[in-house]
Amino acid sequence: MRFMVMVKADANSEAGVLPTEDELVAMGRYNEELVKAGVLLAGEGLHPSSRGARVTFAGGQPTVIDGPFTEAKELVAGFWLIDVKSKAEAVEWVKRVPCTDGVEASIEIRQVFEADDFGDAFTDELREREEQLRLTTKKDA
Amino acid sequence: MRFMVIRKADEESEAGVLPSAELLEAMGRYNEELVKAGVLLSGEGLMSSDRGALVTFSGGTVTVTDGPFAEAKELVAGYSILDVGSLDEALEWVRKWPVEDGHGNAEIEILQVHEAEDFGHVSEENRKYVGDVRELADEK
Amino acid sequence: MPTLETHRAIDAVWRIESARLIAGLTRMVHDIGLAEELAQDALVAALEQWPESGVPDNPGAWLMAIAKRRAIDQFRRRETLDRKVTEIGRDLETQEGPSAEPDFDAIDSSISDDLLRLVFISCHPVLSTEARVALTLRLLGGLTTEEIARAFLVPEPTIAQRIVRAKKTLTQKKIPFEVPSAGELGERLTSVLEVVYLVFNEGYSATGGEDWMRPALCEDAMRLGRILAELVPTEPEAHGLIALMEIQASRARARTGPGGEPVLLFDQDRARWDQLLIRRGLAALRRAAKLGKPMGPYVLQASIAACHAIARTPEETDWPRIAALYARLVQLVPSPVIELNRAVALSMAFGPQTGLEIVDGLTGEPSLKNYHLLPSVRGDLLAKLGRDEEARTEFERAAALTRNERERTLLLARAAKL
Repeated sequence: MRFMVMVKADANSEAGVLPTEDELVAMGRYNEELVKAGVLLAGEGLHPSSRGARVTFAGGQPTVIDGPFTEAKELVAGFWLIDVKSKAEAVEWVKRVPCTDGVEASIEIRQVFEADDFGDAFTDELREREEQLRLTTKKDA
Repeated sequence: MRFMVIRKADEESEAGVLPSAELLEAMGRYNEELVKAGVLLSGEGLMSSDRGALVTFSGGTVTVTDGPFAEAKELVAGYSILDVGSLDEALEWVRKWPVEDGHGNAEIEILQVHEAEDFGHVSEENRKYVGDVRELADEK
Repeated sequence: MPTLETHRAIDAVWRIESARLIAGLTRMVHDIGLAEELAQDALVAALEQWPESGVPDNPGAWLMAIAKRRAIDQFRRRETLDRKVTEIGRDLETQEGPSAEPDFDAIDSSISDDLLRLVFISCHPVLSTEARVALTLRLLGGLTTEEIARAFLVPEPTIAQRIVRAKKTLTQKKIPFEVPSAGELGERLTSVLEVVYLVFNEGYSATGGEDWMRPALCEDAMRLGRILAELVPTEPEAHGLIALMEIQASRARARTGPGGEPVLLFDQDRARWDQLLIRRGLAALRRAAKLGKPMGPYVLQASIAACHAIARTPEETDWPRIAALYARLVQLVPSPVIELNRAVALSMAFGPQTGLEIVDGLTGEPSLKNYHLLPSVRGDLLAKLGRDEEARTEFERAAALTRNERERTLLLARAAKL
């Protein structure tokens, strides 16, 4: 199952403050762990919204607004795309993201639509029901 | 240059309303244009936030909160990564976004992706930590 | 009563940590069966304690600490037993347990080394292919016996037995826990790649609508393949394998039609091919090429898949390159099926007569006697050469051989049109 893991922007990232060398190394080592575990599909950092834009479609008509945009917490500063067994596993990986002391961070995890999904919402439900049953009657792994 | 094109969520996407046949077809054709032009590097649709979670790091504590999350317009419903010459070119492509999406009302955000060159200040020995995934953008 | 959420977290931690845990323990206690038992003990402890205490910050270290403690306890008890036995003066030779002293403190071994050793021992040629698959999925994939059984459409006790016997065989034959020597590495690696690709194919051939465990096998295989490529980065075939799997998987969204029917490569909507996976596959191939070693079978197959992946339309396919790649592949793997594929590529590149010359040479092949694609391809080439009578015969023969209803209909339709 694929999950999109998005690091929310904050005042620092929006101000264009690049990570320190130490932070880069810590993040680099974390990325290496994802790669070695075979779960990383993609990962990128994003520039602040001052280098971006928004296109709002209203009644089919586009209007372009240049960045920057005010609400940092609505913006994405970076992301990973990972391939893992479950949302719980995605959470475990995110818990291991290196976070500089004293810095607050918010990381959103969202599930990605896959090949069968548009016809198989039912399959997902079945999968979940099954998992619940299995975990509650767990005897040995 | 690479840009992340983000389709912001709305009430419908958060309600888990699946795209209509018309929308799927329109998005398919749009996608095809992007692929044919060689600008589409990747793209995914995201499920509603009730299937997601939020992990916050604060004062040394990690908190996990399950979705759904309140403000739809703050959320991402889908994204793609484009490889184009400039923000203007990215905008050109986004202007062609299928109008069927969101019944003609949709918000698309464009953010520029970091490249290895942006980290010129990093020491030689740590350069390997910059853009390991960069090589994916090397070949078109 | 443990909460569902904690259980899910424990499951997830197990998925992340179990292979390394078992690998490290195997190196310490010199017995794969015992290592797994100790790991399971640690898991049970986690299930008992974490619902109260929460998941620890370093769950892998926590599990390893528990497992080591259990191992030390066991050996102390065994030492005590041995002493008592000697005191009574009886010569009891224990069949179970390690033959050598357990090694708890060796720090020369890195986690990657242990993991690689575990990969090689799980895929050891002394085990049957089925046993290798089951053991690898269990120890390296972290799948439960039940999950493996469902994925391979086999009863759970069968898999359980298979795994038990496999571990016993490894112990009885005293298979060492080591990375093969340089001389053996190539061959032993082939055995590993074969297991991973087998798992992938099992998942790839499964269709939506079946038990969801089956298509998920592709992801399990790709994960193992990626791990492997990191463990043996100087082996081009490891990169070739993950390249092949990623490029094949890139077609997942285009492979089935609206009615769930399979769509052939050349009829697929290429805009639905996963560009990220294609680029990852191409990147893996570049990594293989950089090593400057001769192309092996997986690199060749991946290169062929890459030719299709980079063609924006079927018309843009580089058929001469594909034909050349097949020519190299058939030299390494002399298979009539590969030769048949080469014939198809040649005909696309240089005209039907070129391909027909090769196909005519395959008609006597005993292994292709009931292979419907042989007459199907021959019929296609004959039709292109205007030899309609012969073509019709071949399509009818192919229709009779195929077990696929839809395919039979298509072949008969082609025959009727001539």
